[in-house]
Amino acid sequence: MTAPTDRQAVTPELEAAAERAASRRGVLIALPSWAYLSLFFAIPLVIVLVYSFATRSSTGLTQLRDWNLDSYARLWDPLVGEIALRSLLLAIATTAICLAVSYPFAYYIATRGPTARNILLVLVMIPFWSNFLVRTYAWRVLLGTDGPLSQLTQALGGEPIRLLFTNTAVLIGLVYGYLPFMVLPLYAALERMDWRLVEAARDLYADGWTAFRKVTWPLSRPGVIAGSILVFIPTLGAYVTPAILGGARTTLLGDYIVSQFLAARNQPFGSALSIAVMSVMLAATILYFRSGARNL
Amino acid sequence: MRHSRLWRLALLVLAIALVAASCGGDDDDAVAADCSADQVDGDLNFYNWSEYIDPELITAFEEEYGVDVVESFYESNEAMLSQLQSGVSYDLVVPSDYMIGIMITEGLLLPLDKDAIPNLENLAEDFQAPPYDPNLEYSVAYQYGTTGLGVNLDLVGDAFTPSWALVFDPALTANFAGGVSLLNDPRETMGAALEYLGYSLNDTTLDHLQEATDLIKAAKANIATFDSDQYDESLVNGEVAVAHGYSGNMIVAIGEADNPDQFTYILPEEGATLWIDNMAVPVGSQAPCTAFTFINYLLDAENGATLTNWNYYGSPNAASEPFLDQEVIDFYAETANANTEVITDTGSYEINFTDKLAEAKS
Repeated sequence: MTAPTDRQAVTPELEAAAERAASRRGVLIALPSWAYLSLFFAIPLVIVLVYSFATRSSTGLTQLRDWNLDSYARLWDPLVGEIALRSLLLAIATTAICLAVSYPFAYYIATRGPTARNILLVLVMIPFWSNFLVRTYAWRVLLGTDGPLSQLTQALGGEPIRLLFTNTAVLIGLVYGYLPFMVLPLYAALERMDWRLVEAARDLYADGWTAFRKVTWPLSRPGVIAGSILVFIPTLGAYVTPAILGGARTTLLGDYIVSQFLAARNQPFGSALSIAVMSVMLAATILYFRSGARNL
Repeated sequence: MRHSRLWRLALLVLAIALVAASCGGDDDDAVAADCSADQVDGDLNFYNWSEYIDPELITAFEEEYGVDVVESFYESNEAMLSQLQSGVSYDLVVPSDYMIGIMITEGLLLPLDKDAIPNLENLAEDFQAPPYDPNLEYSVAYQYGTTGLGVNLDLVGDAFTPSWALVFDPALTANFAGGVSLLNDPRETMGAALEYLGYSLNDTTLDHLQEATDLIKAAKANIATFDSDQYDESLVNGEVAVAHGYSGNMIVAIGEADNPDQFTYILPEEGATLWIDNMAVPVGSQAPCTAFTFINYLLDAENGATLTNWNYYGSPNAASEPFLDQEVIDFYAETANANTEVITDTGSYEINFTDKLAEAKS
């Protein structure tokens, strides 16, 4: 008779102890990533935040006193709006093209047999074996006046085409660079989809398009959302591709922020711009996730 | 509970960041180092522009003095400045003219110990009293150069006036296959436009700067690229017809081209940038005596010539002239007669150059 009462008396304490032990283990396991994130993400981010309220001295040094909001006030300058809008349009265009190209491809991979699937996936990842910068410079050769593309059109009796240093070249470079980031999440979403649902839709007299619209697309939305975020965020701040393939002919956000630090020596304004871009990205990401949260 | 812990963490991070941010930049006044000629007091941490010194000069110094020279590189004065301010210690840096002025004002440089640099007497007269450091208290010239235009004669033709019109006059540039390239540098590029309009490149009137902005906007259709890294290659590859860039890079690239006669480097008659890079010792230096000995070593007649014959920039070292390649002598003799101007820091006005270049590109 005593045993059950004993158990009743002991259980909550034991449970709490076990919970504490688990929590301690969790802390230990997570310690390296906490340390890493604090050191290389949180602290630099806070420094940027602090600097954004500081003042540029007349020699271009950052004075950590007389805290003010001047740098944030400058964000409403029409020039900043123009640059932000241009970057936004470029990022949207890149994301849309990546999605349009990747979806059919991911669909194709996901519907192959296991061997073909693996080969195709390796092919998608092969570009990562060489450095992004090297690959971007390779595009410079491809798109140049004497490049293969231009030679091809000339051999076919056409005019030499000049793509290098145009917005088209930037778009091509960005789509090329970020395509795998769209393909992989889409593939993951489509691959784990239950294809019997599509069959069921077809059994219920849905035509191919309706089955796609009502079943496949909604089920692959987590992949669409993840892929779009992975492409949209880096392209919004893209710096290397516009500089190398676009010849820095138009000012984009990335270029503008870099020039605040390395040319104008205006760290407070550069920091305020960075904080603004990060806040907008964060807000957009949260909204985007919320809108698709039910499917995630 | 979770939230309070997060808050504590955030506060901790904030505190650490504030401490980190307030470090650096508040060093006390520099104390002059007391060294003698050829004295070394440790390995040399040398922070220099890339491809600016013959590696063999470094090796020879290491062998002669029995110290190691660790070279790291930067690609802009501003990048160098922020590295120094973040507390990284270097023994020798090579800032340009206006940056020396800024670093002196901010107390970032150690006074030179002239007893340790007897070769200072080799310095040409033109470099003995630069406006940014008139008594050479903190700096001594390393090399100098100009910013001008590289021209592809096949694409531009032989009959042209050496003028900024080669990049800014749309009526002219429309005929150039491939267009032109400008530096992606606010001071240089806005400065070139200001010179073309007849103003000084250090002009600080916003209306004038706006005129320069509109000039670049109007010329933009034929400006293929704003590029500070590869303009020399673009020029010799025939990608652009005219390229805005630095003298040494241009001369080296043209010399190495398949057909060097097809190219030339000119200084526009309206006025071009003359710049002087200087050796200076930061206050945090761990081996100031080695740094002074290294400065003295480069001011030696033959070593100065080796330096110049390698990077093809102008030599401030008068004694090294007998050992220089004729090509370099001829080229910089022309520079001496050209209409040039040195960029000076414009203080708080500085940010306008960056914004106006961004606006011109829009």
